[in-house]
Amino acid sequence: MSYEFLQTLWFILIAILWIGFFFLEGFDFGVGMLLPFLGKKDEERRAVINAIGPTWDGNEVWMLTAGGATFAAFPHWYATMFSGFYLALFLLLVGLILRGISFEYRSKDSNPAWRSRFDWMIAVGSFMASLLLGAAFANLARGVPIDENMMYTGNLFTLLNPYGLLGGLTTVVVFLLHGANFLGLKLEGELRERAIAFSKKLYIAAVVVATLLLAATYIYTDIRSKLGIDPGITPIASFVALLVTIYFINRRMEGWAFVMTALHIVLTQVTFFTLMFPRVMVSSLNPDWSLTIYNASSSQYTLTVMSVVALIFVPIVLAYQGWTYYMFRKRVSADKKTLVY
Amino acid sequence: MDPTILSRWQFALTTIYHWLFVPLTLGLGWFVAYFQTHYYQTRDESWRKMTKFWGKLFLINFAIGVVTGIVQEFQFGMNWSEYSRFVGDIFGAPLAIEALLAFFMESTFLGIWIFGEGRVPEKVHLASIWLVAIGSNLSAIWILLANGFMQAPPAEAFVYNSANGRLEMVNFLALVVNPKAWIFIWHTLADGLAMAAFLILAVSAWRLVRKQNVEFFKRSFHIGALVGLIASTMVFLGGHTMGQYMKEVQPMKLAALEAIWETEQPASFSLLTIGDLSGKQEVWSLRIPYLMSFLACNDFSCEVKGVDELQAQYEQQYGPGDYIPLMVVTYWTFRIMMTFGLIMMGASAWFLWATRKKDYENAKWLKLVPFGALALPYLANASGWILTEMGRQPWIVYGLLKVEDAVSPNLTVLDLWISLIGYTAVYSALAVAMVKLMFKYAAADPDAAMHESVDAAPALVGAED
Repeated sequence: MSYEFLQTLWFILIAILWIGFFFLEGFDFGVGMLLPFLGKKDEERRAVINAIGPTWDGNEVWMLTAGGATFAAFPHWYATMFSGFYLALFLLLVGLILRGISFEYRSKDSNPAWRSRFDWMIAVGSFMASLLLGAAFANLARGVPIDENMMYTGNLFTLLNPYGLLGGLTTVVVFLLHGANFLGLKLEGELRERAIAFSKKLYIAAVVVATLLLAATYIYTDIRSKLGIDPGITPIASFVALLVTIYFINRRMEGWAFVMTALHIVLTQVTFFTLMFPRVMVSSLNPDWSLTIYNASSSQYTLTVMSVVALIFVPIVLAYQGWTYYMFRKRVSADKKTLVY
Repeated sequence: MDPTILSRWQFALTTIYHWLFVPLTLGLGWFVAYFQTHYYQTRDESWRKMTKFWGKLFLINFAIGVVTGIVQEFQFGMNWSEYSRFVGDIFGAPLAIEALLAFFMESTFLGIWIFGEGRVPEKVHLASIWLVAIGSNLSAIWILLANGFMQAPPAEAFVYNSANGRLEMVNFLALVVNPKAWIFIWHTLADGLAMAAFLILAVSAWRLVRKQNVEFFKRSFHIGALVGLIASTMVFLGGHTMGQYMKEVQPMKLAALEAIWETEQPASFSLLTIGDLSGKQEVWSLRIPYLMSFLACNDFSCEVKGVDELQAQYEQQYGPGDYIPLMVVTYWTFRIMMTFGLIMMGASAWFLWATRKKDYENAKWLKLVPFGALALPYLANASGWILTEMGRQPWIVYGLLKVEDAVSPNLTVLDLWISLIGYTAVYSALAVAMVKLMFKYAAADPDAAMHESVDAAPALVGAED
């Protein structure tokens, strides 16, 4: 396999890991943010958590694997991005820690104050993670200051520009909608009704911010020169998927509503990676200083070894993760007798 | 303060903290899987209680290992970007494989284990806990292979590419079969098992002294003593073998942990050495002749090189610089690790002997066990890693890259203080919650552990917010 082929392959593999992560953790983060608002009684909150309980940790591993794969396949990308986005990533990690520990600890004590504290930590942690990931990806598309030595020269506030913040906000709102759709699909009775009511409200907000982000993308990124004024089928399909979500929400076809937000997220990510390719980090200082799959990658040997490993293990992982979803496909009810703590 | 120093403190803090919890995860998983298998085979309800009771403690501990583990994977790029560029070709591979092979496995099957009882077939539920135990230990294997490369880079595995100034992998197999790494793996996985055995000993003794659930905790204590003896003996054998490898690949660490300034043949073992305040010179020392030669090469007469000779040799080889690790740390952490490890071996042998008596729950010595059995493995384990990592200073990749050249050049002192203080605050809060829960669940009745939360009062969460 040629070097260039391997570099492209690993760009695609890492893109798939991030796309999978945004699709899966997207609804996990949404569920986390909705938790204190959707569940009023303790059993209700437990039911909301149990909707993602068996799978959230496995979903998060998609990001860990994306991180590890980036380190192995594109060390310069990993080094520049992780050191450059230092404080943003630190806050992301704090959010993920707060959230992860709370899923396990909130029910281990029956004191209402204890449980309430951890429920709010789940919500805040999920919000922080969604906002920061959205802002980080928007900034990757917009370009960040990188010098000729692949060194990030900005700071945290460089990332907090209008386009970055809009990317963060859109991610938060879309994840909320995606999470509400997921809960409509997974919960029963009163909770299901509440989730559908949330979906209806969140739909409007999501369409507004997604439209703004789309418009801003034409202003702040090089989408016109890269993809053209007509950006092609993927981003259009992504936007249409979001628009038609309401049709399925109103008709209580929760499964299809969930598929539509999933499509929206997946196709938006595909657009993002198409816009980036073959660059992995765009330099706002000089296009020649951008990191690309060619100047940031590992040696051909490493990429070959990693390809063999991925070829063997990715299908296995996909099989047992998919099987887990199948095992836990039943709706969760807030009935105390059937809840697992 | 120097950014490199701050990054090092942060790495030490986050790594030592992470590693307080992970060994218990590695070991306790095997116990819980064994208990559940026993229940599956015998249908004896008391083994189901064993599974649940120790399983709850396993889960409380596991969660901290998971959330602090994410920091571990990110901080190579965040704080050590030049290191990541230099060795990403080699070091990134085991890390990515760890995530793909082990993280997915342990997290997915843990979800099935927690939520799947009664929902998935019983055999699948049983298989899940085994896969969690295997997954977490696989994860340790891959990260130790990565660490093994930093400690003792196998020469066949890589070449230095002078065109781009980076190391490149040429032989993946050499990386995977690195003998130094495999001794570490042996030592560490056995250490996890010993840690879990001693936690079980500590909790069981604590409950036995209080005469609570005597049958349940006597059985636990006995299993803990048996596994504790086997595991701590395995740890000892691994550690002894490591000494001989160290002589070959990291002679400076070996000399520094023994505080040997001048080359000796045969080398004596120091019972107590006092250096001057700079730590560069010996003032007074009490030594056992020949023993160090035995530890270093299984032979009572071999030569062990001293720090001074090695420093001179390294200056010639790598240019001017200080190649001596902080000796007061290496010397004392080695002693703590080894002494405590030996006490663990002796203590578990004694427990096994003492539990032949039927009414040992009334014995006075049992009162010492709860504290001792917790303090020994945690201190031994942390000391061992501090020794390993500080003993290879100034190198981050032995003989190839120094720590000072590995740090992210763009980070400011302010960045680092924010994250250092932030991690310290978050990790302290985690520790408070974790210790509270561990005590509560260790004190719970095994019958109560069969239910969601061990306290009986119904919760009214959400009523007031």
